[in-house]
Amino acid sequence: MHISLKNRIKKDKKAKFGIIIVCVFVLISVFGPILVKDPYHFSIDYLRLPVAGHILGTNDLGQDVFARLVYGMRASLLVAISAGFLSTAIGTIIGTLSGFIGGAFDKVMMRIVDAFLVIPAIIFIMLVAAFLKPGIMTLIILISLFHWQGGAKIIRGQTLSLKNKNHIVSSRTFGAKKPYVLMRHIIPDLGNILVVSFIYNARAAIFLEAGLAFIGIANLSTISLGIIMHNAMKFYYLPVWIWWLVPPGIALSLILLSLTFIGTLIEKIIDPRLRNA
Amino acid sequence: MDNNNLLEVKNLKKYFYLRSGFFFQKSAGSVKAVDDISFKIKEGETFGLVGESGCGKSTTARAILRLIEPTDGQVIYEGEDILSFPRKKMFDIRKKIQIIFQDPYASLSPRMTIGDIISEPMEIHNIGDKKYREKRVKKLLEIVGLNPEHINRYPHEFSGGQRQRIGVARALVLNPKLILCDEPVSALDVSVQAQILNLMTDLQKEFNLTYLFIAHDLSVVKHVSNNIAVMYLGKIVEVASSEALYENPLHPYTMGLLSAVPIPDPELEKKRKRIILTGDVPSPIDPPSGCRFHPRCPIAKEICSKQEPELKNYSEDGKKHLSACFFAGKSIVK
Repeated sequence: MHISLKNRIKKDKKAKFGIIIVCVFVLISVFGPILVKDPYHFSIDYLRLPVAGHILGTNDLGQDVFARLVYGMRASLLVAISAGFLSTAIGTIIGTLSGFIGGAFDKVMMRIVDAFLVIPAIIFIMLVAAFLKPGIMTLIILISLFHWQGGAKIIRGQTLSLKNKNHIVSSRTFGAKKPYVLMRHIIPDLGNILVVSFIYNARAAIFLEAGLAFIGIANLSTISLGIIMHNAMKFYYLPVWIWWLVPPGIALSLILLSLTFIGTLIEKIIDPRLRNA
Repeated sequence: MDNNNLLEVKNLKKYFYLRSGFFFQKSAGSVKAVDDISFKIKEGETFGLVGESGCGKSTTARAILRLIEPTDGQVIYEGEDILSFPRKKMFDIRKKIQIIFQDPYASLSPRMTIGDIISEPMEIHNIGDKKYREKRVKKLLEIVGLNPEHINRYPHEFSGGQRQRIGVARALVLNPKLILCDEPVSALDVSVQAQILNLMTDLQKEFNLTYLFIAHDLSVVKHVSNNIAVMYLGKIVEVASSEALYENPLHPYTMGLLSAVPIPDPELEKKRKRIILTGDVPSPIDPPSGCRFHPRCPIAKEICSKQEPELKNYSEDGKKHLSACFFAGKSIVK
């Protein structure tokens, strides 16, 4: 697989769009907080429509909505990276081990994966999160725990096919032990698949976190895109609510769309059959 | 006389069991990929193993290395049965037996430099430090006719023949005694085949190597082998020195195979009578009764479908020439 990534991105307009948006998102999340006001700062200047000092107005506590939006994007990115990483890690460990060890272990693990696949993640997370204190860390862990199954199945399938590739078989003829083969050959060879799995898991995590926050399952004293929208719904009878709802909505949609485009690009690079699609 | 056998395979069997059903798996027959084969390889010789696709040649090689556990039998290496070895001892013996794979494209990891690929066996067996390994790799690259400066290149930067040279270098890195060559040249062009075969014979002399040479191409095997075994459907049907096998084949299957080898002379090619075997290799799940070759054999009689012929010595001059046929040596040209 020796395709120039640069050329592929140049040709693929969607992927270009995706990469630019993600870069902008990352820049805003990293440097935004230096530029905007303190999002927790109360003021008597509440429920404002957009004015010069407050680009998106203020909320019911007089906090700057734009500042909250920037911090919200930061929170979404944090969820995306950490939950994406965690769930991919769980999926990789379970997928490679059950594919590589095979036999009874594989059968048991795959039934567990099947069990997780049929659990409706949202409902389960809602229930558990309602019992626990639904802070952002709790949500990240919960989302990771309920969103690794699909990745694990794909990684297992790839491991099975890699296991019988000649370069891995030859490594075993030299006497390589299983952990060595796994670390030295299988995981590096899985590379691209792990990246795709990470992107899709990250996307799902952003979406789940925002959705849960929107229906109020979050620590409402913190800031995230979902929480801003959740607050907007409380003031639907005032003209300000649209300024709380739409900008975070657009930000969320853009980041989800961009991640999907990037995911598709990498998938196309991995699978030559999709290349002309 | 048998003392200088480096490797002896005794009654090796490998059956793959087929299962049906999901919850209550039951055996639904078995594929007898390798069915009770025995042969001896002397130190320093090249032992050829020929046969059609799917006759169990590669399975034999893999079973000897215990890449797949054989169902039954013994593999005696320097007087010890390696199939009974515990893991630790097996790990040590792997230094002595190496393999060269058929497809030089797939057997080298595309993500590793050739330096890493060739030094991988040393890394696994924890031999030497980084400096020593690099020196050794460079030396080997030189031996197999590649430029040692290319140590940091990746496999895709090399041609098929060059990659097979890398495969040979990797097989040599631990100073093995026995190398199993699983169709090492069948994926290469004819001109490159000759180069690799010559390289292998040179290396054999230089390092006193023993080869088990697996191929489906009789002309290639003849070029390199001292003794040859012909396999058909998991069984050995004929064993002989390569001259005897070519000049005086005893088994009708061997005659058929030899007759399929093209002669690079149009005049001769026109004159000779060719024996064309009809039909395909039968399924190893349900092999024919008696002699496994009888449905395709031009001289089969009733007895062939009832009894299984034994591998017997038919040689008159004291040398070994084994054949498993009731009518060994009978001409099949009509």
